[in-house]
Amino acid sequence: MSAATTLTRRPRGRFGDRLLHAYTWLIIVWLSSPIAVMILFGFNDKKSKSNTSWQGFTLRWYQQLFDISDLTTALKNSLTVAVASTLITVVIGTMLGLALGRHRFRGRGVTNFLVFAAISTPELVMGASLLSLFVSANLPRDALTIIIAHVLFSLSFVTVTVRARVITLDPSLEEAARDLGATAWGTFRQVTLPAVLPGVLSGGMLAFALSIDDYVVTSFVNGSTVTFPLWIIGSVKTGIPPQVNVMGTLIFGIGVLIAVANAVAARRRRT
Amino acid sequence: MSHLHDPAFLRGMTQPRTRREAFRIAGLSAAGLALAACGVQGQKAAPPKADAVKDYWSQQTKHGRVVFANWPEYMPEDQAPLKKFQSETGISYQYKEVIQENAEFFGKADPVLRAGQSLGYDIVVMTNGVQLQHMIQLGYCVALDHSKLPNFAANAGEAYKNRAYDPGSTYTIPYTSGVTGIAYNTKYVKDDITSIEALFDPKYKGRVGMMGDAQEIANFGMIALGVNPEKSTEADWKKAGEKLKAQRDAGIVRKYYDQSYIDAVSKGDIWVSMAWSGDVFQRQLAGEPVKFVVPEEGGTIWTDNMLIPKGAANPVDALMLMDFLYQPAVAAELDEFIQYVTPVPGVQDILKEKAAKATGEDKKALEQMVASPLMFPSEADYAKLHTYTTLSTQQEQVFNPIFQSITQA
Amino acid sequence: MKRLTPYLLALPSWMWLAVFLVVPMAAMASVSLQTGNAIDGFAMTFSFSNYADALGRYSTQLVRSLWYGGLATVAMLVIGYPVAYWIAFKGGSRKSVYLFLLLLPFFVSFVLRTISWGFLLADDGVVFGTLKGWGLLPADFHVLATTVAVVGGLTYNFLPFMILPIYVALERVDPRVVEAAYDLYASRTAAFRRVVLPLSLPGVFAGVLMTFVPATADPVNAQVLGGTGNTMIGNIIQTEYLTNLNYPTASALSFTLMAVLLIGIFIYARALGTENVLEAAAR
Repeated sequence: MSAATTLTRRPRGRFGDRLLHAYTWLIIVWLSSPIAVMILFGFNDKKSKSNTSWQGFTLRWYQQLFDISDLTTALKNSLTVAVASTLITVVIGTMLGLALGRHRFRGRGVTNFLVFAAISTPELVMGASLLSLFVSANLPRDALTIIIAHVLFSLSFVTVTVRARVITLDPSLEEAARDLGATAWGTFRQVTLPAVLPGVLSGGMLAFALSIDDYVVTSFVNGSTVTFPLWIIGSVKTGIPPQVNVMGTLIFGIGVLIAVANAVAARRRRT
Repeated sequence: MSHLHDPAFLRGMTQPRTRREAFRIAGLSAAGLALAACGVQGQKAAPPKADAVKDYWSQQTKHGRVVFANWPEYMPEDQAPLKKFQSETGISYQYKEVIQENAEFFGKADPVLRAGQSLGYDIVVMTNGVQLQHMIQLGYCVALDHSKLPNFAANAGEAYKNRAYDPGSTYTIPYTSGVTGIAYNTKYVKDDITSIEALFDPKYKGRVGMMGDAQEIANFGMIALGVNPEKSTEADWKKAGEKLKAQRDAGIVRKYYDQSYIDAVSKGDIWVSMAWSGDVFQRQLAGEPVKFVVPEEGGTIWTDNMLIPKGAANPVDALMLMDFLYQPAVAAELDEFIQYVTPVPGVQDILKEKAAKATGEDKKALEQMVASPLMFPSEADYAKLHTYTTLSTQQEQVFNPIFQSITQA
Repeated sequence: MKRLTPYLLALPSWMWLAVFLVVPMAAMASVSLQTGNAIDGFAMTFSFSNYADALGRYSTQLVRSLWYGGLATVAMLVIGYPVAYWIAFKGGSRKSVYLFLLLLPFFVSFVLRTISWGFLLADDGVVFGTLKGWGLLPADFHVLATTVAVVGGLTYNFLPFMILPIYVALERVDPRVVEAAYDLYASRTAAFRRVVLPLSLPGVFAGVLMTFVPATADPVNAQVLGGTGNTMIGNIIQTEYLTNLNYPTASALSFTLMAVLLIGIFIYARALGTENVLEAAAR
């Protein structure tokens, strides 16, 4: 990550930098603000089925977190699907991103078009047409078909992100490595991959977020496998149980912990 | 793609592809193209012949297992009624809360059932409405054997045995019912609302919630005009459409809601709204300032129905479970949790007895339930309640655009 | 071997896209030309009029969707670019942490986020209720059920998809290049306009592609946050498909939407001169 070094000299605009720093945090807070409500209502001592007005503090829902077995299963299903589909998507999407960004080949235009088409297909249409396909191929709907669908709609996002990175890379670096006697695989591992890594990581995060959040497509191809969003949507009709808020809180909490640990480790490395 | 229209090619593509099974990918593509070429087959079903029904059921046996697909929160969390069923009959159950919306559920089920495959469920619960009608018209439901439904015959209320959308309960029996009426927020609306005209009152401009569903909103438009929706004609629909359009153009309607209306009305985003009884009742129990009325001009009653989808693996076990839920004690246990209208009238007395024995908070809640017209409508209430219009396919193509052009402008 | 490389790289994705995207789309293309109804069945009649009918009935919603999608995309670009810029240049060793934090709310289900927004933005809720209490807002002020709410919702929900690709492109811009510009007495604005911005354009292009397209087709925000007269084309497709079982119209509308978006993106790429920009950046 040669370009990852920070500016050593800051000629002008320290104030501007501070302002941007504060702005970035403002955006992070804005994006997270609904999460605060979600966390709060995980502590709500609600009496009825609906959980929309504050009725006192309790830790009850944390104790009863896994009482609703279907909900627990749904969360597990979601995590399994998200991890599996993200891994597949990152691998094949990065490969495609490299091909599109770096190489000229027959079918490049068509491929670009398909990548675009996959993003622009309305989710409902994608879900319904995939279901027809699976049905006519007699493929049972379960976690596998969910993974297939999730790879399909997140593939383009990874590809486009990686491609945007690859396109701006200097091919002469790879040539240099080759000239210095590196093998094709060695060049890829030592030069290309580190250079595109930020794109791959970003794409991976997007794929994970898309997968764990998806409702429409999943609802068509899930068969009788229920994922987290599917379960929640279902319970909206009669009131979402606070355990859902607790699980959301835990997902968010674990995420924050990872981020903090990462930041601390980074600080250690620097000093 | 010209060869796709060669009949021989079509036949080749649509026949079972046993030899191609080895090439799954190839098979997938071929199947997709076949689907593209031959279009969607119509499957209009004729009414069942008594003999055929008898034949079907005589070939079925009890398997000792049943898969029940239902809406979320339609069963107590401990699943006590189902456990009781299991211990009494030895039939093991799987209970799945997989139905969230009729349209979406039908959208998923249609290709599977069309292809003659099984949904994997033995009992499915659907609201009377367009989708249930399609299920019946397309022959996706198994005709029920009423000789195996003694509890239903003995305990179901008369109104629940004869429903316009399924005469003679040929394919379905009710799971639970609810009433569509008007909810209002008592913090903002000080008068007692009694008339459907409140929904059209300029006084509440921008504070009225209507439902986005074509049937629901059409019913209220017609009731407001004094038309009985069950007996309505195309001319009535158009008039109702005009009334509803005027209501929208005057800025009275804030939004055409799905179930989210209940949050909106209890928070005060809207003050008056079309509403489903059970939603409002639950909010009342939670102490929120909402009130439900059946307008004096009338309201509608809808029913969530149990049915056995075509291709179900365990129809006999399914029928046994359906009938089991009609034991008054079981129905009472269910209704105490669901808090909508039970099809078993005897439940009211059972809950009354239970309330007499209970103490404290439980007693209060039970007494409230027993006294609630939202759970136990009186004769006078029922007299005001209409059911949805039953539409033919041709009528649907006229009906839907009239009302969708209002809700989806 | 070297000649084969791109094909080998693309092969797995090709297979995926061919089987799971192209085949179903071919099926959809065929359905879009059929007539009939769900009960009696549909038959292929090559009725291209399906397209004209669908467009005639729903042009309002289509145009509205493009307008909302465009507004939201511009908003995302304006809001997101500075964030991506700051993280890429000043994020230091914590860059990935910032990105992760930006995306974290999206790991929690959108249903929960939406419900929370409804709570926060309620007419008399914690935010507006308080402001109204202080007399800062008129009593009938509301955001929910308006165009602002829908466009705002789209902006919120797709913002990370704008920030990430821009960041990815900016991150490889060597800070020394920027410094060189300063050394050559370029002003801060000039350095940004002449050096940083052109280098980030591939990211901007990717970001716009990844936000404008799904935002325009999105049915959820209009349904949850909109009011009367905010219906988008995604909602129409949903109704035609699921409620009316009008598969031909739903398919025709989907293709029309995709075609319009494709043309839009193509014009945009031309206007931006993306290919040229990309070439320049690659050198």
